[in-house]
Amino acid sequence: MTQLIWDGLFVGSFYALIALGYSMVYGIIKLLNFAHGDIYMLGAFIGFALLTSLGGIPGSLSLVALLGVLLVSMLLTGSAGVLIERLAYRPLRGAPRLAALITAVGVSFSLEYGVSAIAGPNPRAFPVRLEGGVFQVLGARISLPQIILMLIAAGLMIALNTYIQRTSTGRAMRSIALDTNASLLMGINVNAVITRTFFIGSALAGAAGVMAGAYYGQIDFLMGFIIGLKAFTAAVIGGIGNIKGAMLGGLVLGFVEAFGTQWFGGQWRDVFAFAVLILFLTLRPTGILGERVTERM
Amino acid sequence: MTAILEVKDLQVAFGGVKAVDGLTFSAHEREIIAVIGPNGAGKTSAFNCITGFYKPTSGSVLINGVDTTGKRPADIAAAGVSRTFQNLRLFPDLTVLDNVRAGMHLYGGQNWADAIFHTPRFRRSEAMYTEQAHHWLDFVGFQGARGVPVRNLSYGQQKRVEIARALARKAVLLLLDEPAAGLNYSEKQQLLELCRRIRDLGTAIVLIEHDMGLVMELSERIVVMNFGREIAAGAPAEVKANPAVIEAYLGKDDEAVATNGDA
Amino acid sequence: MSENVDTTQAPRKIGPPISRVSRLLESKQLGWVALAGALLAPFVTATPYALNVMTTAAIFVMLASGLNIVVGYCGLLDLGYVAFMAVGAYTAGILSKSFQLPLIFTIPAVLVLTVLAGLIIGGPTLRLRSDYLAIVTLGFGEITRITANNLTVTGGPSGIFGIPGLLKIGSVDVEDPAVLYYVTVLVVAVFVLASARLGKSRLGRAWRFVREDEDAAEAMGIHTYKVKLLAYIFGAIWGGLGGVLFAAHLSAVSPQSFIFLQSALVLMAVVLGGMGNMRGVVIGALVISLVPELLRDLGAHRYLFFGLLLVVVMVFRPQGLWPSRGYEPERPAGGTGDGEPGGGQSR
Repeated sequence: MTQLIWDGLFVGSFYALIALGYSMVYGIIKLLNFAHGDIYMLGAFIGFALLTSLGGIPGSLSLVALLGVLLVSMLLTGSAGVLIERLAYRPLRGAPRLAALITAVGVSFSLEYGVSAIAGPNPRAFPVRLEGGVFQVLGARISLPQIILMLIAAGLMIALNTYIQRTSTGRAMRSIALDTNASLLMGINVNAVITRTFFIGSALAGAAGVMAGAYYGQIDFLMGFIIGLKAFTAAVIGGIGNIKGAMLGGLVLGFVEAFGTQWFGGQWRDVFAFAVLILFLTLRPTGILGERVTERM
Repeated sequence: MTAILEVKDLQVAFGGVKAVDGLTFSAHEREIIAVIGPNGAGKTSAFNCITGFYKPTSGSVLINGVDTTGKRPADIAAAGVSRTFQNLRLFPDLTVLDNVRAGMHLYGGQNWADAIFHTPRFRRSEAMYTEQAHHWLDFVGFQGARGVPVRNLSYGQQKRVEIARALARKAVLLLLDEPAAGLNYSEKQQLLELCRRIRDLGTAIVLIEHDMGLVMELSERIVVMNFGREIAAGAPAEVKANPAVIEAYLGKDDEAVATNGDA
Repeated sequence: MSENVDTTQAPRKIGPPISRVSRLLESKQLGWVALAGALLAPFVTATPYALNVMTTAAIFVMLASGLNIVVGYCGLLDLGYVAFMAVGAYTAGILSKSFQLPLIFTIPAVLVLTVLAGLIIGGPTLRLRSDYLAIVTLGFGEITRITANNLTVTGGPSGIFGIPGLLKIGSVDVEDPAVLYYVTVLVVAVFVLASARLGKSRLGRAWRFVREDEDAAEAMGIHTYKVKLLAYIFGAIWGGLGGVLFAAHLSAVSPQSFIFLQSALVLMAVVLGGMGNMRGVVIGALVISLVPELLRDLGAHRYLFFGLLLVVVMVFRPQGLWPSRGYEPERPAGGTGDGEPGGGQSR
């Protein structure tokens, strides 16, 4: 039982990191960035490329190398997110929602098959694999890598929360989410804030990608696809547009999956997650903490 | 005779704000009623309640004696209500004719099987659609190309198309939301004359309007709203002289003489 | 509220198509020309490979015409369209193999199950905003594939093979590639025509009204939910029958055929071809299914190319490459007998 909780918590923190980017972008421009999961994949591959180019890394330095690569990867994926927003989403800001969504699908495709063209369609082994001690805590098997990664994830989320609450950009994000026109009239540089939002959201997803690579040891060009759907589910569960909701949703989804896999078996895990998504959207579309999603008033 | 529209103690609130706070009025066949009031008085909110876009928190709306409170807009339209919108909601990429055909949906007379097999019923129905669309465009005095997308038309022309679409519904009650907004003097005269022709068809018209001159000339009764409820109602001359109305528009401390002018 | 496009800022462009290519594409004869082309194609090349490719292309056209109803006419972004195809293919495959029936006899069951699928998928999702609709339909597509992959009745990861042919009348076996090709082309032509006709009817207009402005459509008495559901159901039927043809063509169905990539490709055909314009969609479908075969050396890069193409088209020409012009004749040929436009006000 505690094992399930721990597993759920661990996977949930990944979902939370990625769901954050989804939620933030949705909150500010009301667009579900369909390509967000692929940014996660991009992060993993950038991490892969960086670590491979560093050559052999002695085991004792692997964590340090990983952290360094994590930071660089975050910078690069953040920039990729900014570039995508500038080239593909900004031109369509006034256009019907359908056009923006389709563009996002196109971006997702381009990222997936672009990476496949460069790195090949087969899964690749991540050069640094985190090994570490395993502890028994309250009947659950907990490993050191898990603790480290969760600490990193928690650290990133706390940093984000502080940023949103304390800085002017964070305030601007919240204000734009509430009323874009009024924000413009108040002199807020909406474009700059949107750019920053994409940067942060993408950087977080990229971080999650590197961490996933380091933990699971294997990456492939389609890994972002399902993760994107899960992150969306997490965001919805928590209440989309809501930062705390994204974090909460991620954890809840992690738990739900852990318990669901226990009851139904591993091959039904994704189906179970989607069923939860559909259930929430039908019965409680506002999510646990959030805003309405239906068209009707 | 039964009132075509009866609004009783209508209330709708959003969060803590009461947009409509106890509105009561009625409209009868061949009547033209204007609903006026300062901005934020709750006029469009009231319209939205009547047409089903907002669910009232309390009170009732009756169309031809039938309670339509809280029903969905499509059902209310079927009950005999048609409307235009403050922000002109046409279907931008569709042709003028298609826009007018939208109003006729409820009496179209064809189903999908007719469509796939091009049955005689389909052909008759399509002919009816086209003929009626032209009829209503003629009725509102629409000039210009009819087979083009409406986004290409001028504002005044688009407003006419929206009215034609609303008329094509053949409703007993027509709600016009600021029909004169953005029109020049001669267009407003044409609108006046059009409203009278619509009234002669037997329809009841309720309009929201800010142009006082038009309101005074056109309507038989005026309902003045402020803060979500009616503060005065009656014939134009009565309402114009009503101190509560003057206060609502000009403010309490203002000693200015009540003018004929536009608000 | 649905998006409110400012109609007063539109550029002034009035008039029917004038360029020769547009004129050709708009002509009523285009359909017959295309059909004739399809029927004569095997005389140009009838190798098993060519027939295979052409049959696949025809089935793809069918799927695109079905998705065009959902996305093009009604504006519902369905990213899991492949689910309907899977339901059709698996139902047909399982029933025909279990009862040793030619596929054609499974069609009633296919119709029932695809309509059911349309109701199940459409039910909860059609009240959602377009973004959510897209992701949830994608989720359903994945659920369908994973379920097919996990259940024994669907044959698990290997799927179902050895599926009987469509029909066998005397010595004419519809399993023969050439015969299957012709049957497929004829069936597809009928369904493309049906969907085009639906588009130009009261229901087709209702779909467009809902797409352009849901609230205004409701105000005119259109039950937007029912209309959307109908779009879904028609799309489901087209998809399911496409699945039956697919099963007949390959004699086997497996979960790998129903990955998201398939849904995305059909969507690309609809988008590139000009959403809502059936002719454009057919052309788009042919391009997407045939061009990769002609440019085999592109390999997997073709998907990268399609992805980029999708972005470029949406940014620069969101109405698609061959959009519906949105014009109609001023007056029908016979005249309406109304005489001059009334009103007579000078402007």
